[in-house]
Amino acid sequence: MNKILAIAQNTFKEAIRDKILYSLILFALLMIGSSLILGMISINIETKVTVDVGLSSMSLIGAVIAVFIGINLVHKEIDKRTLYSILAKPVRRTEFILGKFFGLAFTLFVNLAIMTVGLVLVLTYVKSHAYSKGQLTEIHSSLFVAVFLIFLQLLLITGIALVFSSFSTPTLSAMFTLALYFIGQFNADIKHFGVDAGNVAVRMITSGLYYLLPNFGNFNVIAGVSHGKPIAAALVVYDVAYSIVYLAILLSAAAVIFNQRNLK
Amino acid sequence: MEAIRIHELTKDYYVGFWRKRKVRALDQLSLTVNKGEIFGFLGPNGAGKTTTLKLLMRLIYPTSGHAEILGKPFDDVAMHAHIGYLPENPYFYDYLTAEEFLAYSARLFGLNSTGMKSKIDELLQVVDLKDARRLQLRKFSKGMLQRAGIAQALINDPEIIFLDEPMSGLDPIGRREIRDLILGLKREGKTVFFSTHILPDVETLCDRVAIIHKGRLRGCGSLTELLVGDSSAIEMVVSRFNDELQGALRSTATDQNVAGNMLRLTLPDQAALFRALEVVRAHGGQVVHVHPLKESFEDYFVKLFANESKSIEP
Repeated sequence: MNKILAIAQNTFKEAIRDKILYSLILFALLMIGSSLILGMISINIETKVTVDVGLSSMSLIGAVIAVFIGINLVHKEIDKRTLYSILAKPVRRTEFILGKFFGLAFTLFVNLAIMTVGLVLVLTYVKSHAYSKGQLTEIHSSLFVAVFLIFLQLLLITGIALVFSSFSTPTLSAMFTLALYFIGQFNADIKHFGVDAGNVAVRMITSGLYYLLPNFGNFNVIAGVSHGKPIAAALVVYDVAYSIVYLAILLSAAAVIFNQRNLK
Repeated sequence: MEAIRIHELTKDYYVGFWRKRKVRALDQLSLTVNKGEIFGFLGPNGAGKTTTLKLLMRLIYPTSGHAEILGKPFDDVAMHAHIGYLPENPYFYDYLTAEEFLAYSARLFGLNSTGMKSKIDELLQVVDLKDARRLQLRKFSKGMLQRAGIAQALINDPEIIFLDEPMSGLDPIGRREIRDLILGLKREGKTVFFSTHILPDVETLCDRVAIIHKGRLRGCGSLTELLVGDSSAIEMVVSRFNDELQGALRSTATDQNVAGNMLRLTLPDQAALFRALEVVRAHGGQVVHVHPLKESFEDYFVKLFANESKSIEP
């Protein structure tokens, strides 16, 4: 456990000493800030626009960080041969994979925390605006639940990137991960398509794909939250359970693949 | 006592994209390394030295054969707590300082922070990086990186240290430092297994060597065992010589060289030496020194591979 923690801390250290990460966070904060301008031209729905743009920016930039750090997690260590001196020590390859995952997970957590603070500051400013008084109180708690669901989604993206990173090049890993990220947004449509098709074979295939591919649809509550709607507790419980099971499968797959691998 | 036992270790790689073809990087390598010795693992570039080390370090998996380190299978994770490894041309986390890198290495050995701090200080002193302890590794020279690499290989106070080409790319002072360090490790009773293609290092350091070429073991033993054979020839150096003396020795010596005021003679055997001594005495010459002509390790190495390529290539 101590070794996994050491690898995770080193992964976090690597991420925070990389200037690209700061550029991305700055970009996200600018996007959140830009919701102020959009809010100004949206009379009476300032809060809705701010929450909508803010959470969407966090989700998008978070996904970019998860994909682009995730695809390099293992590959970079093999390519730079930094892994050699690590695996020659009494460290299991599975411990290495888990350490890398938790390191990036913590990086994403800190990023989201910074972006959330940025969003809350912007919302506090909007709240002081004459037209939107009284709008904020009821959405604040669900705002944090929405951020939590974004975090779960980013963990799943990290897991996917890690699986590809354990056997593929960064370019291919990025393509595969991004493809699954976009497919995952519309996964429910795949199932509906099968049901509507009325053909048993098509229904079996689409339902197989529905369970195999990640389903990010259930994590996206941004539209509801921006309209001030509460998030159902059952949905949060479902998303947490889904993330645990799906991540366990992804991390096991990454570990199995990586365990077989001959390092060049 | 054996520190390392390698038995018929074989590694095949498959190269090519469409039509994969098998390349044997290591072919049934068997050897043993005794505890407390400095063992040199020699061969030209691409001979299979790094492949062997990567197999022992669990970085790649063997096609067949097995190996034991300290009496345990090479892939026993717990056993790796008692060995140290310096990879070839080491690249470490360049965003870490030397101190952070060693602390990270120590944590991977499960060392606690109290013991770790003093060990890191001690090692930074040993490898002469004390002043650079807070410098990021990206600012290190090649020699400094090599020394940082050795420090991380020693952080767990290992019983066996594996060094892959520890001298490559170093200047003469850097090489000397690493050589002294290896000798220091031997004095502490540690076993050192190092691969190299720099022959003078082997002659000054190694108790025993193994020679590998094209993935196969070509020789293994102490240097005196390997260099036996061509030692009957004798070199004699004479001063105060003249043309007459040189003429008289022409039939006895197989080779004569004049360097300054010295005449260097190569004599084929003891009988020729006695004859030559008589001639020198009779002509008033002075013998400066006489010693058996031993083949240098470089000669042995070159000759071995010349024969190899003759027998292997059509």
